Amino acid sequence: MKKFKNRMEFRPLLSLIVILVACGILSGGSFFSLQIVDGHLYGRLIDILRNGSRYMVLATGMTMVLATGGTDISVGSVMAISGALACSIVDMRILPGLGGNTLAAVVIALAVGALCGAWNGFLVAKLKVQPIVATMILMTAGRGIAQLIADGKIVTITSDSYYYINGGYILGLPFPLYIAAFMLIAALLITKKTAFGLAVEAIGVNSRSARLAGIKVDRNIWLIYIFCGVCAAIAGLIESAGIKGADCNNCGLMIEMDGILAVAIGGTSLSGGRFSLIASIIGALVVQTITTMILAFGVAPEVIRVFKALIVIVICLAQSPAFIAKMKEAFGRKKVVAQS
Amino acid sequence: MEQDSLLVMEHIHKRFPGVVALNDVQFRLRAGEIHALLGENGAGKSTLIKVLTGVEHLDGGTVTMEGTPISVKSPLEAQRQGISTVYQEVNLCPHLSVAENIYAGREPIKFCKIDWRTINQKSKELLKQFDLDIDVTAKLDNYSVAVQQMIAIARAVDVQAKILILDEPTSSLSTAEVEKLFQIMSMLKDRGLGIVFVTHFLDQVYAVTDRITVLRNGEYVGTYNTAELPKVELIGKMIGKEYEALESTPPAAAQDSEAEEFLRLEHAGTGSISDVSFSLKRGEVSGFSGLLGSGRSEIARLLFGADRHTSGKVCIEGKECSLKDPLEAIRHGIAFCSENRKTEGIIGDLTIRENIIIALQAKRGLGRVIGYSEAQQIADRFIEELAIKTPSADQQIKNLSGGNQQKVLLARWLATDPDLLILDEPTRGIDIGAKAEIQKVVMRLAQEGMSCVFISSEMEEMLRCCSRMYVLRDKEIVDELTGEAINEHHIMQIIAGEGETVNEEV
Repeated sequence: MKKFKNRMEFRPLLSLIVILVACGILSGGSFFSLQIVDGHLYGRLIDILRNGSRYMVLATGMTMVLATGGTDISVGSVMAISGALACSIVDMRILPGLGGNTLAAVVIALAVGALCGAWNGFLVAKLKVQPIVATMILMTAGRGIAQLIADGKIVTITSDSYYYINGGYILGLPFPLYIAAFMLIAALLITKKTAFGLAVEAIGVNSRSARLAGIKVDRNIWLIYIFCGVCAAIAGLIESAGIKGADCNNCGLMIEMDGILAVAIGGTSLSGGRFSLIASIIGALVVQTITTMILAFGVAPEVIRVFKALIVIVICLAQSPAFIAKMKEAFGRKKVVAQS
Repeated sequence: MEQDSLLVMEHIHKRFPGVVALNDVQFRLRAGEIHALLGENGAGKSTLIKVLTGVEHLDGGTVTMEGTPISVKSPLEAQRQGISTVYQEVNLCPHLSVAENIYAGREPIKFCKIDWRTINQKSKELLKQFDLDIDVTAKLDNYSVAVQQMIAIARAVDVQAKILILDEPTSSLSTAEVEKLFQIMSMLKDRGLGIVFVTHFLDQVYAVTDRITVLRNGEYVGTYNTAELPKVELIGKMIGKEYEALESTPPAAAQDSEAEEFLRLEHAGTGSISDVSFSLKRGEVSGFSGLLGSGRSEIARLLFGADRHTSGKVCIEGKECSLKDPLEAIRHGIAFCSENRKTEGIIGDLTIRENIIIALQAKRGLGRVIGYSEAQQIADRFIEELAIKTPSADQQIKNLSGGNQQKVLLARWLATDPDLLILDEPTRGIDIGAKAEIQKVVMRLAQEGMSCVFISSEMEEMLRCCSRMYVLRDKEIVDELTGEAINEHHIMQIIAGEGETVNEEV
């Protein structure tokens, strides 16, 4: 087994710990305070886990897509479609025959998410459209589709069973966290207990070689885009349950960039190849922690983006081997002198 | 003797994680000589060149050029010092014009604009010196690899080089083109350049070089005058004891007309070839010889389902098969080493272990995962059996030398226990030792009943290995030879289109 220091999870975990410690110090410890109300845990850390769960779900799907050397920038729009669809069903605006059944709404939303993924996969794997262009089609068209489904309105709903998707608790922990854990474990089982993970990495490194080694490249890429579509649909459900309605214009807006950022912080190369789902999950938590921190410290709205950008730059530099090597070169001399 | 050295490299050390690549190596180059740098794969030739050209930094030793010590930190700096390199794979930009390629990075500027007239004119003049009269404004990839190679050399020389390094420039050239290259090399030598020539073709070494430096396992063996070193001795110096291995490679298995047929092609064709028919027998090594582009590789790709056949039919063990993709071919017991090792063979970032098991894993199906310990066992077995030089199976395959990468690819296919092994240029650009080992493995497996398709540009190797030879010309099989009829002269005649009358079988 590899030493932990050399594993892909090491650097993102270090980043996460550093950010959390910084938050703790800056807030004088209140950042870490947890309260139990009605047997449910409350606090900033719980917020991070709850609000971060949609990032975690997205990052799970996005990791696989990026590992094949592809990308999916349509996830935000798929979230909007899934949210609009589920809320409209629950609100009995469409398919009233289902009687606003939450479970049926969820299943249909997930199926449509898979369909969106299948479309992306079809363009990328079969028609060989460049992934960023292929998924840009759905990124632009998706919000339009969501508008059509919601009839151009913001759909607000009242359904306790639907709220549960975001607001529920099991054993004191928020329900979306369990969804994220379920998706992670499912993805881990698929990639580790079968040779699917090896196939994905082989495709990402060299798809021509992979094909000649007997890997069904097109089919696997297709499956991965479908999986990513399902993940996006789940994230859409969590978000719409959180705001208790579907807002087609804002649901998941620009979230694809956060998703890609989470995977990048996790250390998966955007050009494909080696990937680590757990590292991406940690990356998702880093992204969410930054957001929560900005809210917690009341950073002025006009500087939020700059502030976030600065933190991201620092993290990316701290994880870049080239940058670390340069720093060692620049500051390392003192060490040599000290040793001799 | 020492004073006229243009370049002196002494006590060169270079370590990579787990490997000492160069250990106290020296190299002396005179002005106006062609100096062959020889050794097996992994001997350190490439590393020495990388150190000299600034791609890698040396861990110890000195480099002196014209009496002054230099330290080269980057390829750009090497160029400024007058060290130019032309690599095996042409590293120019295929989508830029010939002239743009020649002047890339040093375009003359006139009135704040790139002076295209001068660029095109000067490029044309430059290429004239090389007897190349081509349209310099056309895109580079309009020209053959040979012409591209010449352009790369022209570019290298034009940057006021004192030293020109040619790293296996001839592996993709035809005989006539090699001749041309040699003329150019002699011309540059007369101008006073020092030329370092890396190659695996010993005939070429004797044809053109003045001196030879031999490396083995990262150590300096010696420097000799080419004229005074017989070929046999040279090979002995390059590979040490292993020379016997090459000598003792068994000759082609006697062809057995009783042997069972494994695969038959009837009037099969793809987009690029049409109507080929032949059959492959168990235990037989069938060669496909012909010039580059004669359809050799296309047939190999058809057999493996890499290119799907659109007409005719393929029968495996008497049953018709669609062979629609490589996976189906693998499941029918077919294995294929592509001629393009880098782009269609290795999966660079993955480990040796993963590279070896991946085809077997695909054959079994992705659902039935090969566990770590089983994978490790398979990898270790082949690392030992094929003598793959690596500290462990956890190394990324891209860190291996060409010959060892090829052995890993061979291991990948042997792990699937194939009935038919298709080898397209399996020994291109690898050293004699590895070549002999690969040939021996193929022979042994053929004797055990495996069928093999062997494609190589080296006639000697084909003659040694094949018991049946199909000769191709212009995407068609023009002849089939067995036994005594397989000889170099005869095959050459057929390839050249003079041989039909000689053969009664057709």
